Amino acid sequence: MSNIPADLKYLSSHEWVRVEADGTLTVGISDHAQSALGDLVFVETPDVGRQLKAGEAFAVVESVKAASDVYSPVSGEVLAVNDALGATPELINQSPYSEGWLMKIRPGDAAEVSTLLDAAAYQAVVDAAH
Amino acid sequence: MGLRTPLYDTHVAAGARMVDFGGWDMPVNYGSQIDEHHAVRRDAGMFDVSHMCVLDLNGTRVREFLRFLLANDVAKLKTPGKALYSCMLNEHGGVIDDLIVYFMTDNWFRMVVNAGTRDKDIAWIRQQAVAFAVEISVREDLAMIAVQGPQARAKAVSVLGAETQSALELKIFSGGEFGRYFIARTGYTGEDGFEVMLPAADAAKTWVAFHAAGIAQCGLGARDTLRLEAGMNLYGNDMDETQSPLESGLSWTIAFEPADRNFIGRAALEKQQQAGVPRKMVGLLLEDRGVLRSHQPVMVDGQPDGEITSGTFSPTLERSIALARVPAAAQGSVKVDIRGKHLAARIVPYPFARHGKACIEL
Repeated sequence: MSNIPADLKYLSSHEWVRVEADGTLTVGISDHAQSALGDLVFVETPDVGRQLKAGEAFAVVESVKAASDVYSPVSGEVLAVNDALGATPELINQSPYSEGWLMKIRPGDAAEVSTLLDAAAYQAVVDAAH
Repeated sequence: MGLRTPLYDTHVAAGARMVDFGGWDMPVNYGSQIDEHHAVRRDAGMFDVSHMCVLDLNGTRVREFLRFLLANDVAKLKTPGKALYSCMLNEHGGVIDDLIVYFMTDNWFRMVVNAGTRDKDIAWIRQQAVAFAVEISVREDLAMIAVQGPQARAKAVSVLGAETQSALELKIFSGGEFGRYFIARTGYTGEDGFEVMLPAADAAKTWVAFHAAGIAQCGLGARDTLRLEAGMNLYGNDMDETQSPLESGLSWTIAFEPADRNFIGRAALEKQQQAGVPRKMVGLLLEDRGVLRSHQPVMVDGQPDGEITSGTFSPTLERSIALARVPAAAQGSVKVDIRGKHLAARIVPYPFARHGKACIEL
């Protein structure tokens, strides 16, 4: 049973999004996604300052089994990436919603945030996949 | 729904992640794939390999038949129970399958072929067998569990009981019948261990008892990283009907001597040898960060002129490794195209790791 925190937003492609108090977003992959991928061994993160479009692949997470693209929830500028994943990609397996975060982004259009899935809608996506 | 082994329910109950593998619903991992890998290198792990196909070949001319059917020579098998790894080729020298064959008696050999190729294998073998009056029976009644790792044999025998005690005396690459079990000292991991064939009805309780004896449950994910570290080819990835064993790192399995033995594919291989084999299989060690995967292009002297056939992250080396087919002259440093980036890799001899240890310098 995967963990889907109620206070986060989600994409149907299994990213999670936390809306911070200053309006910036923190993005990672869900517990369901890390579990499906298995042991992560390599993470490719974007350059800080890169301009992303909503739905654009911004990172690659690689498990022993496979490589998988991670998609940006919104358009905007990359503010920070989680450098700790370079040496310890397994943080995503151990702590997908906290220490395993991937990037922080400043959304260009706040309206895009309102189109993201809530926890119940994402739960339905996960259930439908089984 | 795919095909299911007798252990399907056992895997699901254990929480395995199930995936399609050659039409079979098989466990890819039960928890951490890397932990499963290390269990085999360091202690003992087990794999359900019941999807693989066990064939019994019977007839007075069975040895003569196999000397014609297989590229390796079963004349090397002189002691009952002795096993041989071989390719089965078509007339063009392409690999129909790779397999293990056991010499049981003068009238009986046993063969284990891949799951994904079983139908075409059986059809091919039956077609070729007609002229030799050899009968083929498919042993659907048997399950197979591979127990692998430095402690695997002792732990398995402790579960299987006194009738299997003497299996501990089996020499490497030999097997035999012990009560209702066929036990062979073979595997696909680069570690010591057994492959145990047993009545399908006994498979679930034996699996549970092995687990209780400290043999870790391992899925196909760990099986793939273990075999790749051990430098063992995977049919369909590293060779198929469009490549010869000479360009697949399998020259050592071709018995050209004695020169008067005719086998299917021999003429094509000799022709290829005389013309010069254009490509070879090499090991690659990635120098940059990333993960090598099958089908990534290999750049030799700046040209995309090779391809990775199997690649992964090696849990033992904590580096990415691969098998790749490259031009015969390639050596030293190459580049691999990973998502448009050209990353540095080094051609290295393989196996990469076996018996718990790295075999190459990092």
